[in-house]
Amino acid sequence: MMDIARLRQAGPYEWTLPPSAGEGGGEVRLFADAELLRGMDDKVLEQIRNVARLPGLVGAAMTMPDAHWGYGFPIGGVAAFDADAGGVVSAGGVGFDISCGIRCLRTDLSWEQLAPQRHHLADSLFREIPAGVGEEGRLRLSVRELEQVMRQGAHWAVAQGFGPADDLPYIEERGCVGGAEPDWVSDLAKKRQLGEMGTLGSGNHYLEVQVVDRIHDEAAAAAFGLRVGQVLVSIHCGSRGLGHQIGTDYLLLLAKSAASLGLTLPDRELACAPIRSDVGQHYLGAMNSAINCALANRQILAALTRGVLARYWPSARLDTLFDVSHNTCKVERHRVEGRERTLYVHRKGATRAFGPGHAGLPDAYQAVGQPVIIGGSMGTGSYILAGNPPEQNRAFASASHGAGRAMSRHQALKFWHGRQLVDELAARGILIRSGSLRGVAEEAPGAYKDVDRVAEVTEAAGLARRVAFLRPKICIKG
Amino acid sequence: MVLPDVPATATQRYGYFDHDADLGIEACGATPEAAMEAAAEAMFAVMTDLAALRPEQQLELDFDEADPELALVTWLNLLLAEAQSRRLVWCRFRLRREGSRWHGEAAGQPWTAELERGVEVKGATLTQLSLTPQEGGWRARCVVDV
Repeated sequence: MMDIARLRQAGPYEWTLPPSAGEGGGEVRLFADAELLRGMDDKVLEQIRNVARLPGLVGAAMTMPDAHWGYGFPIGGVAAFDADAGGVVSAGGVGFDISCGIRCLRTDLSWEQLAPQRHHLADSLFREIPAGVGEEGRLRLSVRELEQVMRQGAHWAVAQGFGPADDLPYIEERGCVGGAEPDWVSDLAKKRQLGEMGTLGSGNHYLEVQVVDRIHDEAAAAAFGLRVGQVLVSIHCGSRGLGHQIGTDYLLLLAKSAASLGLTLPDRELACAPIRSDVGQHYLGAMNSAINCALANRQILAALTRGVLARYWPSARLDTLFDVSHNTCKVERHRVEGRERTLYVHRKGATRAFGPGHAGLPDAYQAVGQPVIIGGSMGTGSYILAGNPPEQNRAFASASHGAGRAMSRHQALKFWHGRQLVDELAARGILIRSGSLRGVAEEAPGAYKDVDRVAEVTEAAGLARRVAFLRPKICIKG
Repeated sequence: MVLPDVPATATQRYGYFDHDADLGIEACGATPEAAMEAAAEAMFAVMTDLAALRPEQQLELDFDEADPELALVTWLNLLLAEAQSRRLVWCRFRLRREGSRWHGEAAGQPWTAELERGVEVKGATLTQLSLTPQEGGWRARCVVDV
């Protein structure tokens, strides 16, 4: 439990941590209310304070309202660095599941149309979407093909017939981030990924069929094509074995290189290197390769989902509303103290949230801002929000990414049993399909923070504004 | 699937401790190498019931690492990578050290439909990483990302 007496309240939903004598480091800023802060482990504060000590930090090291204790950075941590000011790129600031994110698909079906087939649909999705530990995808790539994936991202998947090119504008970076350099990805990382494309993974990853339960912002909902009763599908997963191994390789490499690069790390897990260093550039090239792999992976999973739905509703549409990434370091332009600067923005368990008019957004969302998805637990629900302009969002266009854990996985296993949870959720009209009852218990809705409060505070803090609330109906868990 | 609490003891070679997002593993053994073998068991026991596995396929791996704590992370991550790329799960482990040179062995079997599915471990992290002497042996700890 966080001791908020150590914090100074800088606004209704903003708190700062006054530096201790002799500690040095940059500013720490937490976006939350007192209740959410008290629910966080004190280690969140320790971790974000360590982030603030890294060189070249611009502005504050920040946490989002869903923050919780991670490794190195807290989950829900945001920090921007300037290469010209000796700034660093941190493998610990991105994590193992590089570009883990959510693809949200919008159907033209209502729940009333879908409900009679819901059991068949749940079974078919569970059968067709490879999920869980030990599961392999249906694709088997050569190393050369995987290198194309790493360079081309979702464009590669579209070129192979996995979904239409119409999806691409609705994916961050329009489906392919620049700067990918597969030569800086180890052979072991490539080997791990050859059979992993089109797989969901396990842990907090899911495929969820949801229904729009209420609209908060009619104009933004219209721009996003949302209406009450409409069915959506959200797919939460990342770069799979490739990203895991890149994270593993560079975490150790950067941790070992720190001293020779003149860096004193407050926590080894913050392993980082100057952006301008060779090893820093190598990490960026490898990390961008993993981002493109994640974008391609979600494109393939979206296509598999479309294939399943088409069996039941052949004429139904399943358009990409948006595809957001959570664990990334991205090169972005931000105005800081009246000056445009190129920054390396780390978001570890945080969502990019561009405001209206941003050049990175598709035309359809120019007036309202980027869709931001807060994925909640399988028993509560999720939110779609819209990004705010920089005058309101003072977190380098970042927002919450999920409900955030309130209880450890280990504790959750003591409170809940998977079979019991599946039955309880079924009684509430939520169908769970999973190969791991232990995984279900760890992901119990009660192990997460109150997603409504996280979304309310995200809005109240100016990070993004609520557009729609989605209720889960079918959840495929790994 | 039950995950025992820490502390790990001579009779309970490994256990688990709390971490908000992920999972802490703790293992003990008479030597650093034995503690690291038990840590590998702890990590793979997150994924399935090790007692149900047959040690029908073998792995040998070698690596150099002067720092024993970083060797623990390297050992765990190499086992993970080899397991995932071969679609296997390991159940038996052996580790030997000569100076900074480590030689590891593991045995396990391919995933089958009958095996209980736990949760995939993505990587062993440097968080709360330690390999320390304790009365009667050594204790290995780290947080694994799941």
